[in-house]
Amino acid sequence: MKKRVLAVLMAAAMVVGLTACGASGAASTDSASSGSSGGLIKVGIINNDPNESGYRTANDKDLKATFTEANGYEASFAYSLKNDEQIAAAQKFIQDGVDYLLLSAADTSGWDSVLKDAQDAGIKVILFDRTIDASEDLYVASIVSDMAQEGQTAVDWLASQNLPEYNIIHIQGVMGSAAQQGRTGALDAKVAAESNWNIVTQQTAEWNAETAQQIVQSQIDAGADFNVIYAENDDMAKGAVAALDAANISHGVDGDVIIMGFDCNKWALQELLDKNWNYDGQCNPFQSSYIDEIIKKLEAGQTISDKVIIMTEKGFDATTITEDDVNNYGI
Amino acid sequence: MERVKQKFVMTNLLRNQMFIPIAALLIIFLFNLIADPTFFKITLGYNNAGNPLLNGYLITILDYGSELAILAIGMTLVTSASGGQDISVGAAIAIAGSVILRILCGSNSRSEELQAPIIVAFLVACVVAALFGAFNGVLVAVFKIQPMVATLILYTAGRSIAAWINNNELPIVNDVRFTYFGGLIPGIPIPVPFFIAAICVLIIFLVLKFTTLGLYTQAVGINERAAKLNGLNPVVIKILTFVILGLCVAVCGLIKTSRLSTINYSVIAKDIEMDAILAVALGGNALGGGKFNMWASILGAYVIQALTTTLYKFNVKSTALPAYKAVVVIILVVASAPIVREKAQEIIKKIKHGNVEKEVA
Repeated sequence: MKKRVLAVLMAAAMVVGLTACGASGAASTDSASSGSSGGLIKVGIINNDPNESGYRTANDKDLKATFTEANGYEASFAYSLKNDEQIAAAQKFIQDGVDYLLLSAADTSGWDSVLKDAQDAGIKVILFDRTIDASEDLYVASIVSDMAQEGQTAVDWLASQNLPEYNIIHIQGVMGSAAQQGRTGALDAKVAAESNWNIVTQQTAEWNAETAQQIVQSQIDAGADFNVIYAENDDMAKGAVAALDAANISHGVDGDVIIMGFDCNKWALQELLDKNWNYDGQCNPFQSSYIDEIIKKLEAGQTISDKVIIMTEKGFDATTITEDDVNNYGI
Repeated sequence: MERVKQKFVMTNLLRNQMFIPIAALLIIFLFNLIADPTFFKITLGYNNAGNPLLNGYLITILDYGSELAILAIGMTLVTSASGGQDISVGAAIAIAGSVILRILCGSNSRSEELQAPIIVAFLVACVVAALFGAFNGVLVAVFKIQPMVATLILYTAGRSIAAWINNNELPIVNDVRFTYFGGLIPGIPIPVPFFIAAICVLIIFLVLKFTTLGLYTQAVGINERAAKLNGLNPVVIKILTFVILGLCVAVCGLIKTSRLSTINYSVIAKDIEMDAILAVALGGNALGGGKFNMWASILGAYVIQALTTTLYKFNVKSTALPAYKAVVVIILVVASAPIVREKAQEIIKKIKHGNVEKEVA
């Protein structure tokens, strides 16, 4: 009996809590409109942890450099690799009455209700880097990398090398991540289509250089015959190269093994320049200029023509890369 | 008489803690022998710098198993004294590695020359890692927090601290001497991590033999109150085991960062704590604390690496790899559980008795 009373009380308390939230949500709409009249545009930026990777560090730096007071913004940042924490941060930003919510979601699902709240509060949502599973009405724009295109660019480059036979060690990222799926998809399709393309092994190193080193080491120990290493990021390519170096297998331009990486870290592009690697695919972390442009347009009362903007991304070849490329595109 | 002796040997073998890891290693080797004997092939080759090195799966196991063996030493002591495990070793390795790179590279993450001798960087990393170990130890020993919960703090925060030490940059060391610790010393074809592990094992062997550390640790683990009544200070001993684990972590940090001359805070030594705990469990040590067998833990570490290498060798689908490992681990751990071993002994006894009775009849 006592328990039941307690349960009822708890439920009542929760309902009160919910209505309280609703009320504060409504209140924040007012502060939002008054906030924007103050001159600075208030943006709440929800990103993944900048420690996650070199890509994220560059991405965060880029955003911080653009959304400054000098450029007319008042920016607050929230970082988390967990979806629930990101959603909590979004709710806080809504209550703070930001004008724009910029979001790189940790997970693709679970965003509908909070984005609905944002919309009700008159906050415009812009997705960057990662897309989500939600109705397109809930955000004004989405600026993303096309990972499948990145994979395709890389595979096309590899095909253009016209090797008589392709024996590929394929080192994958964390399984299920958008980058892994896109970069794996293109290669898998090509291998299935061509008779002279073979996968020697396809294993995940979870973006980890050392695991990649072990995977390649085990292929060398087994005496496997391979001439391409297709690593889904730079770190893993580096690990693979360490294993090749230890076994005295030549790699890079004019070497026995073609080395391919992704992300265009500065040190990786330097490896290309030194002709130790052959190819590096870009994953563009610099979305802030696109976002800035969209916000300026919206503030000027213009409409956005394309909701989904796919950034242009390059692939670098060791035989054509220049010092300037390293400095301009290295992250 | 002969028969009695034989029986004695048999039950003794089963009761011996070394039985499980040795048996597991033999099973893995036997499997490889049947499936593909090239597993045991070792060839002498040269790396791209022209230095001789041995190649082969066994060498790979010795190489990568060594860092795990070093961690297993510390983890065994912590387990014995506190009856729990430290799950922050992976994050702590990130911190130790970050400290080493920070000191070697100074403020410039792309410096061409070392800013400090490697030994200095290593010693500072030892101090830092020992301090973090002491932090864990104090939480466990003084504040009586469950070890797994106490170390959860560093597990969560450690990688961010590691990134913060280097201002979120990824330094790269360009000095070839730094690569020796995770690679090769010119002229010696055996991977250096193996020698480092051997030194650590030798040190802990001497410590256990000539000091009372082993006895005191086990006494605290078996019965803290009784140990206290006998004049031991459980708090100091528990903290000491965590500090020793911290030193093991610093050594691992050196090897790990040396392998690639750089660091990636989010993935370096990822999930290594699980393998280290497994090594202790595989060694037949009670995870609830008390008696331990250091040799069994160290061998357990190499068994786990043998398993990992075997799975890589057979190109197990990447998505299925953890599942395979889990199955093998479940079998090994269940087999090493005291209850199963007692049953096995009983069965063997029965068979023996049956034989004897038959002979008598």
